[in-house]
Parts: sequence; C-alpha cells; structure tokens
Amino acid sequence: MAERPVEAHPRPLSPHLQVYRWPVTMATSIAHRMTGLALAAGTALIAWWLVAAASGPDVYQPFQGVIRNPLAQLVLFGFVWALVYHLLNGIRHLAWDLGYGFSVPTANKTGVLVISLSVLVAIGIFLVALTGRAGFFL
Amino acid sequence: MSAQTPLSRVEGLGAAHSGTTHFWRQRVSAAALVPLAIWFVVAVLGLVGGTEAETVGFFQRPVNAALMAAFMVIALYHMMLGLQVVIDDYVHSDGPKIFLMLLNRAFAIAVGAATLLALLRIVI
Repeated sequence: MAERPVEAHPRPLSPHLQVYRWPVTMATSIAHRMTGLALAAGTALIAWWLVAAASGPDVYQPFQGVIRNPLAQLVLFGFVWALVYHLLNGIRHLAWDLGYGFSVPTANKTGVLVISLSVLVAIGIFLVALTGRAGFFL
Repeated sequence: MSAQTPLSRVEGLGAAHSGTTHFWRQRVSAAALVPLAIWFVVAVLGLVGGTEAETVGFFQRPVNAALMAAFMVIALYHMMLGLQVVIDDYVHSDGPKIFLMLLNRAFAIAVGAATLLALLRIVI
C-alpha cells in the first residue's frame, strides 16, 4: 500500500478518541472488539486445559496449581466476563443485522443493559463455577 | 458515473472479489455460537476449577466431546474472521499484513488441532 500523503496542516482523524465524548454505543462497540481479541487469546487457554486433561495427572496437577493462583483467577474472571459480554453484545449485533433496535434511544438502552447484565452474569458464574466448587452444573 | 465495468456491476463482488462472503460467514458462525456458547458457559466452565477425573469424565461422554469440538471449531473460525477484520483495519503495509494473516490462520489451526486431538484422546 502507498504511504498516506503528508499534509501541511494535519487534520484530526476519525474516530478521534481523545476528543469525542464517549457515547454508550461507542463504548460497547470498542469493548466488543477488545473482548474479541481477549477471547482469541483465551482459546489457547482452553486448548491448554483440554490437553492437560488428556495428558493425565502429571500434566493436570501443575495446570491446577497455576489456575488456583489469585492472578490466574483474575485472568479467568476477565475471560468469563469477555465471553459473556461478547455473547450478549453479539446477540445485540445480530438483532441490528435483522433490522431491529437501530434507533439511538433503543441502542443506548440495550448498550447499558448489555454492559450491566454481562458484569452481573460474569460475577455470578465466577462465584458459582470457578471458586473450587467444581462440577456444580453436572 | 461509475468506473465499474458492466460485468463487475452485475457480479456485485466489489474490489476484493468476495462480495458479502466474509460478512455472511461471520454472522452465520455467530448465530451458531449463541447456543454453543451458552452450553459452554453453563456446562463446561464449572469444570475448570475441578479435578482431572471430573473433567475427563465429562468429556468421555461422546455428546459432550462432540459439542465441545463443535464449539471450538466454530469459535476458532469466527475468531479467524474477526481477527482478519482487525488486521484489515489497522495494518496497511503489505509485509506485516501478509505475515499477520498467515499467523492468524496458523494460530486458529494450531489451537483447533490441539483441542481436537485432546478431545479424541479423552474419548477413545
């Protein structure tokens, strides 16, 4: 690709993140991409977990040791929230693709709803599922 | 006035010659992932903090292994399409762009292969 021509008076480029007031819809859009990137890294964690489970106790026990570390728990919580957020906001995107919910007031409301719900659901899942009470859902 | 030839206007595939293919595949994989991700959150996530026996026992049931394989393969495909858009948006020079596109595919294939082999090893 060609380099961008150098302008004599550089104009602000859109989206100009430092200048814009942050509407809800902008925050949810950026968060959708950020959580998508985080989940991409998370797929490697899932693969690691499955490979550890398939490789027997010698590999699974070190994995468990790592996972119970407070820092790893924080990463896990981030992963759970990212997954729940991307799922809920993804449903919002699919509704838009079908032509629903496009008015600004509606989009703002569903944006607030998705953010709040994702935090609540992520905290709930984390408390129930990842604090050592394994197999709760079985 | 359009610079398009009549043929390309009829084909409607645009400059990248792929039309809405990428968009459509991303939506279809997203729709498929809605129920699979709910299953993953409800049924699978709780196992991460558990013992090896619980995890292995869960995936030894063929239904669970099949659902997990479907979830991961479709999620990785959806991931590859999404990362492609991020690369398209932010990387403008050919060298790094081609490198990242190949890395994107290699990552998806590597994680997918590790996942499927692990699941097969548990099931068989």
